[in-house]
Amino acid sequence: MAMKRIGVFICHCGRNIAGTVDVKKVAEEIGKREDVALATTYIFMCSEPGQKLIEESVKKYNLDGVVVANCSPTLHEKTMRNAAARGGLNPYRVEIANIREWAAWPHEDNPEAATRKAIRIINATIEKLKANASLEPIEVPVVRRALVIGGGVAGIQAALDLADAGIETILVEREPSIGGNMFRLSETFPTLDCPQCILTPKMNDVAQHPNIKLYTYSEVESVEGFMGNFKVKIRKKATYVDWDKCTGCGECLRVCPINVDSEFDLRMAKRKAIYIANEQAVPLKALIDENTCIRLQFEKKVKEGKIKPKKNVKICSKCADVCEPNAIHFQNNEEIVEEEVGSIIVATGFEVMPAEAFPELGGKYPDVLNSLQFERLLAPSGPTAGIPRRPSDGKVPESIAFVHCVGSRDPQSGVPYCSRICCMYTIKQAMLVKHALPSTAVYDFYIDIRSNGKGYEEFYHRAKEEYGVNFIRGKVSKIYKVGDKYRVQGVDTLTGRIVEVDVDMVILATAAKGSEGVKDLAKKLRIPYDEWGWLKETHLKLKPLETPVGGVFIAGAAQFVKDITDSVSQGSGAAAKAMALLSKPQLEKEPLLAKVDPEICAGCGRCKDQCAYGAISIDPVRHVAVVNEALCEGCGACSANCPTTAIQVVNFKKGQIIRAVDVLAEVF
Amino acid sequence: MGACKVHIPIKSISIQNLKVGEMMKYTIKKDPHKDERVQEIIDISGQNIFSCYQCGRCSSGCPMAEFMDILPNQVFMFLQEGDVDTLLQAKTPWICAACFTCTVRCPVGLDLAAVMEAIRELQLRKNYDYVDPYNVEERDILPPIALVSNFRKFTP
Repeated sequence: MAMKRIGVFICHCGRNIAGTVDVKKVAEEIGKREDVALATTYIFMCSEPGQKLIEESVKKYNLDGVVVANCSPTLHEKTMRNAAARGGLNPYRVEIANIREWAAWPHEDNPEAATRKAIRIINATIEKLKANASLEPIEVPVVRRALVIGGGVAGIQAALDLADAGIETILVEREPSIGGNMFRLSETFPTLDCPQCILTPKMNDVAQHPNIKLYTYSEVESVEGFMGNFKVKIRKKATYVDWDKCTGCGECLRVCPINVDSEFDLRMAKRKAIYIANEQAVPLKALIDENTCIRLQFEKKVKEGKIKPKKNVKICSKCADVCEPNAIHFQNNEEIVEEEVGSIIVATGFEVMPAEAFPELGGKYPDVLNSLQFERLLAPSGPTAGIPRRPSDGKVPESIAFVHCVGSRDPQSGVPYCSRICCMYTIKQAMLVKHALPSTAVYDFYIDIRSNGKGYEEFYHRAKEEYGVNFIRGKVSKIYKVGDKYRVQGVDTLTGRIVEVDVDMVILATAAKGSEGVKDLAKKLRIPYDEWGWLKETHLKLKPLETPVGGVFIAGAAQFVKDITDSVSQGSGAAAKAMALLSKPQLEKEPLLAKVDPEICAGCGRCKDQCAYGAISIDPVRHVAVVNEALCEGCGACSANCPTTAIQVVNFKKGQIIRAVDVLAEVF
Repeated sequence: MGACKVHIPIKSISIQNLKVGEMMKYTIKKDPHKDERVQEIIDISGQNIFSCYQCGRCSSGCPMAEFMDILPNQVFMFLQEGDVDTLLQAKTPWICAACFTCTVRCPVGLDLAAVMEAIRELQLRKNYDYVDPYNVEERDILPPIALVSNFRKFTP
């Protein structure tokens, strides 16, 4: 069983390895082993001739195992396995001995010790390899449907691309309308297109596409399953209106007596207790806010026994009275639907910190807003019809100050990173103020202008040269009220002086964070996230759309704050990734998974508790652990916790590891 | 030439005569884009001083910068903030030799020498003498052309 004809290939990696480790000596030492049929070196094993060397040696020497001593297995394990497979060897009989990161790089100052260590690492790897079994990849069926979570511009793009490729796509959005943050914007940099013009066609495409199933005002409740076979429960929140009947005429909005702050307008405007998200909402349907509707509140209190209704009392039903199609029924119509999908794209977007989080910058004053709120005041469809007015008194401002980097690049009171889009949208807002109110003075306090996109720097220069925006370099420290105005106390680091200016309104470009509730969603999907709520990609540069969970992809500002261009590109990119997955009739999976020996297993369930992927269950009849091969990722947490070594990861068995450790732990 | 000295009487207009508080703090009273004197400098020089984005290349290449009290890039910042008073009291515009190094190197194509000239012009038009002919030391041995060009630049 054990291998007797092992081939060892030692890579020079240019001078990366050979510069420190004496590769010739290593090959000589390893060649002395009885079970090694061939020990040789080559300058670049990953190059085509290097791979050819493995392929031909396997045939020539009839090798039954291969060790390649080169870099980390994350880089070239697959390359080497494929090379050996082309020579006719089972790819799981190839192991990588990492002598670059483990021997050559850390011991540059001591080549002799590095050489000894390299020999030892290779010997240990050979010991591990000798008990490797030949394996075949596991095949998993695929459900040819996709789920997109988040109906912002990235999610919309992903859903449209998937649907156009003929894949049935489910789009889930928690707000009553799709469109996301982009739909709140006034105009977009650097082209000054209005999102109402460029996004609505896409939103309508989503609503009318035969391959898209749209769930708005819905949230993902739970996710089970694995790549190719996810089972998702979606909670459709109660609207108290029959959306099949509702025509979106808006009659009910006119009669409702209750006024509350509008979520879509970010408190810059009021809405009714029964409302439609905005005038161009998709779908254009009314819903009742159960927390503010007096009828629903009354009924709730009666139900809880807090009040006893008098007989013949008439409760408000004004909206239902005017509703011609009889869509308003006041019944709690919350429901949970279940969908099966093969792939999931998470495009949950971002939010900005509230101005209130920065009291020293006047966040408590009504005329000190964050940028997204100000977008609503600049939007032609917004509450002030595009002419910004002070929320406190409705006065048109004669001067406005913008403050960059509020909370961004500020680990003490905000986030450590640059929020990336603020420079550009602040410049855009300054321009739009000048469009709407040419005589208004605009002061822009910045630390650096970061305009690293196509046409962005030119946009900044236009603001400077043509629009009459005053740029002052230095962070504002304090904003306080002086009479009717707000005094901005800043600095000009270029002239080295404190600068003070009195303005009517202040706009804070507050830091962006992952959107609210994304951490809970990430837990349901078992994908990693950071403390600011950004979802973590597998590799920042080379796998920006992938997550460690197979079949789950991320797109747009869910990963990190992005402008529209990047979000759309990522939406399309993630859709392409999902398409590649769903275009196969079956998926192949690495067979390096946990396996249970039912003869030894006592069914204690410790492995089940440890499994992060929910792959292990206890068979109630035989009372032993059972591994779902499709879910298992082969991490080995179960194996480490098994008191009887009944559950082990294939080709990482306890005997193999112990033998390898024995070799490594011999006294130098 | 080594023996010749043009004594520039800077005492009366030195920035050092300002009080500390005045120097370190500046309050923007009105939109600098609407300041008449900034507009006058733009008109005289023909340069849009607001297009400067403070890269500092003018100052780093200026052969006279070490003798200035305000760096050339700061001149633009003062203008962009509408603070013409400080500029009128500064030495910098008078020390500028109009060698055009900055003008050639400016990435946005500003003619800095023209702006310096405009600031000087603003003073000269008020019949202001930066150099007093009677106080020029060693007048007798100074080459006449030096004196003439001196008066052309520093007197109305």
